[in-house]
Parts: sequence; C-alpha cells; structure tokens
Amino acid sequence: MSKVIYKLGEDISTDIIYPGRFMATVLPSETPQFAFMDLKDLNKMLVNKEVPKGSIIVADKNFGCGSSREQAVSTLKGHEVVIIAKNFARIFTQNSVNLGLQLVICPKIEANVGDELEVSDNKVINKTTGKTFEVIPNHPAQQAIIDAGGLIPYTRQRLMAKS
Amino acid sequence: MGQTVVQKILAKASGREKVEVGEIVEPKVSLAMSHENGALVINQFNEIFNGTGKTAKVWDSDRIALIFDHRVPAESSKTATNQMKIRQFVKAQGIKKFHDMRGDEMGVCHQILPEYGYVRPGYVVCGTDSHTTSHGALGAFSFGIGATEMASVWTLGTALNVPVPPTIKVVVTGKLPKYVEPKDLILYLIGKISAEGANFKVIEFHGDTIKNMPTSGRLTICNMAVEAGATSGIVPGDSETVRFLREEANVTDEIDLVEPDSDAVYDSIVEIDASKLSPQIACPHTVDNVKPIDELLGMHVDQVVIGSCTNGRLDNLKTAAEIMSGKKVARGTRMLVFPASGKIYREALKQGYLLTLMEAGALIANPGCGPCLGVHQGALGDGEKALSTTNRNFKGRMGNPNSEVYLCSPATAAASALTGVVTDPRKETK
Ligand code: SF4
Repeated sequence: MSKVIYKLGEDISTDIIYPGRFMATVLPSETPQFAFMDLKDLNKMLVNKEVPKGSIIVADKNFGCGSSREQAVSTLKGHEVVIIAKNFARIFTQNSVNLGLQLVICPKIEANVGDELEVSDNKVINKTTGKTFEVIPNHPAQQAIIDAGGLIPYTRQRLMAKS
Repeated sequence: MGQTVVQKILAKASGREKVEVGEIVEPKVSLAMSHENGALVINQFNEIFNGTGKTAKVWDSDRIALIFDHRVPAESSKTATNQMKIRQFVKAQGIKKFHDMRGDEMGVCHQILPEYGYVRPGYVVCGTDSHTTSHGALGAFSFGIGATEMASVWTLGTALNVPVPPTIKVVVTGKLPKYVEPKDLILYLIGKISAEGANFKVIEFHGDTIKNMPTSGRLTICNMAVEAGATSGIVPGDSETVRFLREEANVTDEIDLVEPDSDAVYDSIVEIDASKLSPQIACPHTVDNVKPIDELLGMHVDQVVIGSCTNGRLDNLKTAAEIMSGKKVARGTRMLVFPASGKIYREALKQGYLLTLMEAGALIANPGCGPCLGVHQGALGDGEKALSTTNRNFKGRMGNPNSEVYLCSPATAAASALTGVVTDPRKETK
C-alpha cells in the first residue's frame, strides 16, 4: 500500500515534468534532480527523499503530453514514484514502458493527497475512501517489453537472436 | 474493407498484404532522425551492445539523420560536449545525413528533412522529437519516439511493437481568407478536438483546401497534429508533393504516391469550412485553449516571435515582410525572427525580406529552434506575454514558468508587432 503524495490536473506536459532548460542533462543517473523543477514543493519532496519509494502521484487526463524527451521518464523513474492518471500521452507511455516506469491508467480515479491506495494489475483500491477503480491493462505488445525488463534488454535479445 | 494511407504504408513496410487497426507490426524504418538528443541515443545504443561481444554498428548509416538545431550555437559547455560526442559518432559510423552548425546546411530538423528530400511518400520515418509528425506533409508515416526506442531502431532497423493506429479523417474545404493561414486552421482543429482528441491516432487530411495548399502549409498542419495527441498527421502524397520534391528538394529518383482506398475505414470524420475561419490564438497554458482573435484584440505583448519548425519558412517570412514593410515594431515590444534553415535565411536575404524586417526593428537570429524551447535565446521576464508562431505554450516553455505564451500565425504576429497589442492582420493591412 502506498500514499498519494501529490495531485496534479489535466495535460501535465513534459515541460512541467522536466523543463526544457535542463535538457542538456541527458544521462538517466543525472536527471532526477530536475523532476518537476517548476513545482518547487514537489521537487523538494522528491529530491530531499522526504517520501518513500513507490509513493503515488495522481493526475487527471493526458499526463506526459508534449515532447518526446526521455528525461521526463528517467527523472521520475529515478525517484521510483508511481503515476496514476486517467490516461497518458502516447510517446510518454512508450518511453515509460521502455525505461520501466510504472504507469497506471485509471480512467475514473478519485484520490486525494494523503489517501492510501492499493494498486494491482486490474484495480486501484482507495483504502481511505473504500472505493475501487478499474485499471486499463498494458497492451500485450508493451507487456513483452516490460517482461524483458525494458527495451534495452528486449532489443539485446533480438540482436542476439539475429546471428 | 479498404485501408487508410498509414495502414498501406505499414503493411508494405512489414512485408504484408494488409494490416488491421490494432494489430502489432514491426515495420522497417526508412529514415531515423535525431537532433542533439542523439547524445542520449548514442549512450543507450552502446548500452544495448554492452556485454554482447558484438561491435556497436548502426544498421544502415544512410538511413540515419543527425541534425543540430535545438541549441545552436551551443549555450553551455555541456551541450557543446554532447555535440562533440555526436560528431565523433557520426564520423565513426559513416553517417552522411549530418547537419552541423554551418550557414550552408544547417536548420531545424523538421525543415532539413523535407528541404534535402530525405523524406518521400510511403516512408516510415521516426525521430526523437515529437514534432516528427511534420513529415506526414510529404505522405510519410512519421512519428516521434524516445531516445531508447531510437537506439533500438539504430540496432535493428525496425520499429518494434507498433500497433496499427486508427485514423481520423479531416476534410477541409473552401478557400482560406487572406491572412488566415494554415496555422489558424490547425489551431482551430486542435481547439475543436482537444489536446488528447487524437491520442494514439493518425490524422489524415483531405479536401480542396489541402489539395491547394503548398507543402510549407502542410508541414505546419502536420507539425501540430501532435498537439492533438496524434501519432502522426498525414497528407496523402499528390502532385504538389511531387512538385515540392522535384523543384524544391531536387529529388530525381522515382516517387511512389500512396493513396487511401476509397472505402477506407476511419475512426471518425471531421469537416471544416476554411472560408469561414478567422485568425486563431492558443492561449496559455495548453495548445487546445484556442480562441478566435476577436476575444484577444488589444492585449499587450512584450515579445513577438516568428520562426520554428512550425512557421519559420520562406513564405512565412514573406508574409511578415509584406505586412511590416515601411512600418515599425511598436516601442515596448520586441520582435525576434529565426528562420528555420540556412537556406531559408539566405533566400530571405536575397528576396529582401530580412532587410524589411530589420528596418522595421525586428531582431534576426541564427537558424535553429531559438526561443521555441526556452533554452538559450529569447527567454521571457516574469509576467511577460509572448505572441509566437511556434507550436507550444506550455507553462515554462519559453524559459520562464512565470510568463505566458500565446500561439498564432505569422500574419497575426507581424500585425501585432506593429501595434504592440494583439491585432487582426485582416484589418491592420487593409
Ligand atoms: S523549433 Fe521548437 S518545436 Fe520545432 S523542433 Fe525546435 S524546439 Fe522542437
């Protein structure tokens, strides 16, 4: 079970998640410091490790819209947060699958900061309110990459199979 | 059951007769483009080969394009070092479609690809940039991917696990009024279907307005298809595509046009009467917050920007010069112009557009992405408002989360620069 640490609205763009001005920093090991840099309170919570791994950020629809920058995923992955949103933008979704960031598509999610949630493959139970919400499962094509541990090992397997 | 253009392209690239919407394919990639984020792609590419005992070699050095545009000239030592790494990689791998910082060859990636004829109808194009949707303007299936996915493409030459997307058909008819531009059309569409209205889908453009639209305008509308969430925008290749490739991109080899079947099945159909459109403005901080210009007339603007992969083309500069000729940028407003490529810059010099704009008070920057992504040029002060022909107005996009970005056409930008307030180009220039 994990706690909701922050709530965000609709159309949270990659510029909010990882502002363009930090894009010269590319290595996944270096990006976490800039997560949500313009939302000072959230950035501080993450960077100062004030919240445990697996903490949840809840958003409305179209999370991750905008650019293809993979830093927007590696920065969140670095903090081991789980994102629950009503839906996610396409490139962000694929990047998350490729890098192993857990996204939970939950079209009807209702949760507030401080609520305790139990997340499984097919549902989210809000233990605080007692309500249950349906989760849209990963596409089988994405699941294959997730099961391989991400796109790098997946492609490596393909490369080895080629010869 | 007939197929859409993208179904046909994906079927061919996957060695299939037909593909159904939703099924998973692995198409061969015709062109793979990256810009400065190539530095991260290189890192992930080496990671794939790590421990395999194989030499890290790209699948086809002729099908990879690397273009410096986001941070030119480099704004920091970090960027300069990334660019250096890319240059070394390009040399080691023998990549020829490389565009460094040079007045003769440089430009924004989404201008360079069409300008050099790197994209053809029927191609599968992917790029580590969300606005890779632009190249659908030439009848290609063209979409944005992340750096790790690109590393995979560089390794295998295919895009893995691509679900065949459903297609929205947009039919645009009627003549766009004077100073109502393709930009206004796409802003209107995004406002209508919303920022997620085409998420995971393709937008296929049809109708006489599109038929009569030059490739420059088609690039603008396909460029912004991603702002409605689309995987790709596409204008099926036609006689204009052939004209552009032959006359403007000097392509001499065979061009294969791919058209949708007349009984193709669409997810939905949207119809727009272009003759009824007015100039449109996307207000902060989402691209679908679109209003007709009437609702914003008179609003003060601190900075006007003309440029980017959306609207930094020669005809855009021509329109601006036409409106601003012999006039002055209002005091209290600054105007930045950044042509999309070196070729456009040089041609605009020859035609006198840049002279006209400079005499009016505009600052002409070097070709590249410039202020569009808020990295090293044209940042905004706290509380300032920018009116820009770029494609995104997200909070912080122009380098300052405490500022506002409004998106518009080149004509609206130029007319407003003269008055310092949002001004309707149809009235200002009568
Ligand atoms: S001009 Fe702007 S939108 Fe276009 S590629 Fe450059 S940064 Fe991206």
